[in-house]
Amino acid sequence: MAGPVVEALHLTKHFPVRGGFLARETAVVRAVDEVSFSIEPGRTLGLVGESGCGKTTTAKLVLLLEQPTAGMIRFEGRDLQTLDRTMLHGYRRSVQAVFQDPFASLNPRMRVDQIIAEPLVTHERLGSGEVAKRVARLLELVGLPDRSADLFPHEFSGGQRQRIAIARSLALSPKLVVLDEPVSALDVSIRAQILNLLRDLQAQLGLSYLFIAHDLAAVAHMSHTIAVMYLGRIVEIGDAATVAATPKHPYTQALFSAALPSHPGEKREEIILAGEVPSPLAPPAGCRFHPRCPHAMERCGREEPTLLREAGRLVACHLYEGVIPARS
Amino acid sequence: MKLLELRHLSTHYVSARGARVTRAVDDVSLTVGEGETLGIVGESGSGKTTLALSLLRLLPPAARIVSGEIWFEGEDLLTKSHREMRRVRGKRIAMILQDPLASLNPLFTVGDQVAEPLRVHEGASRGSAWARARELLRAVRIAAPETRVREYPHQLSGGMRQRIVGAIAISCGPRLLIADEPTTSLDLTIQAQYLQLLRDLQRDRGLSMIFITHNLGIVARMCDHVAVMYAGRLVEAGPVARIFSSAAHPYTQALLESIPRMADGRKRLTAIDGQPPDPVALPPGCAFHPRCPKVLDRCRKEAPPEVRVAASHTSRCWLAS
Amino acid sequence: MNGSGPAAGSSRAAALTLAWRFASFRSEGFPVLPVLILSVLVLVAVFANVLAPHDPEVGALGDRFRPPAWQEGGTRDHLLGTDHLGRDVLSRLVFGARVSLVVGFMAVIFAGILGTALGILSGYLGGWVDQVIMRVTDAWLALPALTFAIFLAAIVGPSAMNIVIILAAVYWTRYARVIRGEVLSLKERDFVRLAIVAGCSKRTIMRRHILPNVVNSGIVLATLMLGVVIVTEASLSFLGVGVPPPKPAWGLMLADGKKGLMAGYWWLTVLPGTCIMLLVLSANLLGDWLRVKFDPQLRQL
Repeated sequence: MAGPVVEALHLTKHFPVRGGFLARETAVVRAVDEVSFSIEPGRTLGLVGESGCGKTTTAKLVLLLEQPTAGMIRFEGRDLQTLDRTMLHGYRRSVQAVFQDPFASLNPRMRVDQIIAEPLVTHERLGSGEVAKRVARLLELVGLPDRSADLFPHEFSGGQRQRIAIARSLALSPKLVVLDEPVSALDVSIRAQILNLLRDLQAQLGLSYLFIAHDLAAVAHMSHTIAVMYLGRIVEIGDAATVAATPKHPYTQALFSAALPSHPGEKREEIILAGEVPSPLAPPAGCRFHPRCPHAMERCGREEPTLLREAGRLVACHLYEGVIPARS
Repeated sequence: MKLLELRHLSTHYVSARGARVTRAVDDVSLTVGEGETLGIVGESGSGKTTLALSLLRLLPPAARIVSGEIWFEGEDLLTKSHREMRRVRGKRIAMILQDPLASLNPLFTVGDQVAEPLRVHEGASRGSAWARARELLRAVRIAAPETRVREYPHQLSGGMRQRIVGAIAISCGPRLLIADEPTTSLDLTIQAQYLQLLRDLQRDRGLSMIFITHNLGIVARMCDHVAVMYAGRLVEAGPVARIFSSAAHPYTQALLESIPRMADGRKRLTAIDGQPPDPVALPPGCAFHPRCPKVLDRCRKEAPPEVRVAASHTSRCWLAS
Repeated sequence: MNGSGPAAGSSRAAALTLAWRFASFRSEGFPVLPVLILSVLVLVAVFANVLAPHDPEVGALGDRFRPPAWQEGGTRDHLLGTDHLGRDVLSRLVFGARVSLVVGFMAVIFAGILGTALGILSGYLGGWVDQVIMRVTDAWLALPALTFAIFLAAIVGPSAMNIVIILAAVYWTRYARVIRGEVLSLKERDFVRLAIVAGCSKRTIMRRHILPNVVNSGIVLATLMLGVVIVTEASLSFLGVGVPPPKPAWGLMLADGKKGLMAGYWWLTVLPGTCIMLLVLSANLLGDWLRVKFDPQLRQL
């Protein structure tokens, strides 16, 4: 199959805010606004941005934990809304997830084999012998000993629990795994183990990843493509190495300059942004980044820039539009 | 000049029935000079937070400082009475914790909370304490301090709250500021702002700082010296530039190699095998030996002593001695 | 910053702990005495036939108002004296334990099952289901429990089984409230989200992921409710709409004995009263301990 596994087209999610008399809808939070991306087989899309930028909502939309307000998700070329029940089931099987907190993501009252087998027994009719065999194979795949199957989650350390969570996400041989901050809750010395495991599994099983993290170096390390989000919008998206090495959008530049150095000798331009991320309840008019942008122009407060090709990636910034009008 | 010197400090946790002893901090010696920044790095359970609480003698009831000395401005803090310690805490040594929301009292205004240490430690009147509170808010770069002093913590963003905590910490002009994971709950660009602020405050006021963190990037950006803790022991300590370029302890080396670097692209990481040890049941000998790529026979039986590798660079490893 | 140093804090804390242990009959946190009392009462209830020296419902009018054995006029035949019909008080207390415990446990269990089921449905499904269940619960909680119970008892008539049903009908709402709250927070936990991602149905999620995680709270609540339910049962019996005479219920014994109080027949009220108090206190202390042990978040209950 040549096309992308999952594509998002103008994906939008607004949350109504109710308040006042009779709980009227008083405002909307534009959590995700017109977001488009595609994830190719065997590739990783890294999604970065600060809290409130919409990256977790995007993940929930892809996982069907939230319904989009507008826009669509295409799975292997077909719009999810047009799929019938069985095909939607197929989508659910093909898209699994690993979340940040390995203490919250495993049911404390279930044994490890039940946890890992749950997606299997939900989707397939299998004998208990076959289930046990599959669980054993999954445990081996993520590097846990066989006897883990009979234990409860609390008997494992954070890193081992995350391995259990990964084993479970692989039970149905999915095509895409959504990784929402999979290592940020883990000890520093464990993170590399898990990142390596995820990379090995990708190579071995041809998985696609949607990788969400706030650690930019980890995202750059894991991803083929990086998308940078700010207040619900993608402001820059392109090849991971290119974006990491020469960010173009002023926000991406500030974000990557804020990333901590890996060595005290590492010299780079420090851009310290003024102010804080505005509330997504009332995003600024025009370019949403303009109140904090060091390069803001008069035009930025009026007109919202669109994503345009610039130096091998897409950037939504008036700086790069030159004289050609924004419409394409 | 030395501002703070720990000599062979050990803090143990004793379980309710006295059956189990956890050596949370085990024989730690280190110094912090005037105007210097020391980073204490370690994973969860390595004892870095217990070490900081020992300095302030703010330990939970189950923990006890069993031996050692804490010399601060020429006095041993462990010989001080509780009343005397109270005059040290907040006035001469201040602390910033990870979660600003938990550090602030939701029922009092920002002004009340910034003014409180001034009134307690210096007996300032309400009016003058509030005037100084406004100045302090300006010093931590909070816009419109005149209106902010009357607001409550829940009305502020996370970054602003942490700056208020910073303002409280510096209010009495401390000599030493202990920051325990101060930016973990902050976003990247806000973290950059906050680190910049701390650096400026330190320069302007000649503060010494101790940064407790699991993040080597913060150490690289902020610190002059670094002390690496593993299972309650200081496994390596020295000047930051030297540790990052030629670490002597296999744990430090492995830690530095396991971190993804922006410039390396998708190169495979060098992972550290195994899990961090359970502080209640530490392995015999060197606590790192089950995970150490360079383990010797001796490491399994005997804990290595602290060895001087170079000027002000020490390591606890048999390979270094 | 807090001023108390480590040593001062620990010695004060130690003194407080000691005081608290003493007050709640605890050793190392485990409520020894409450559990002991409850076990004895359960054993007494189970072996009532063996333990009771006399038939609790038959008396000899010639032996009326005999005081306990150690008082003047008491006999060893009636260790704790006799009542206005000459029935043996000890035997009535022993069989009364059976009535109280059976009614109490069954009511708590029925209420628990009903309340937990509705709480889970309400919390997990949300929407109109939640609205309906919670409005009913609000209305229920607005009624004074005892008055409501008397009203129901007046309709269905007195019998031990009816009392159980009445008590369950009155008290299920307490469970529904607490369990719903638990479910609302569980619903947001990642493992429930992942179960949805894994394709589990709502029924499966409620059964496999929600129910096992609220069972602890249910048990804690049941233990705490045991005291409330037993007091209500005793009150109903006392008011004459509970367990019908001549069955030996503790509340009934109190009601019968109150006429003799002025005449100095103290044992007819003090003894059943003490039994009720011991049972309720033990259940509450055990419940408190379970609450702290199982779920620190429930402390605000």
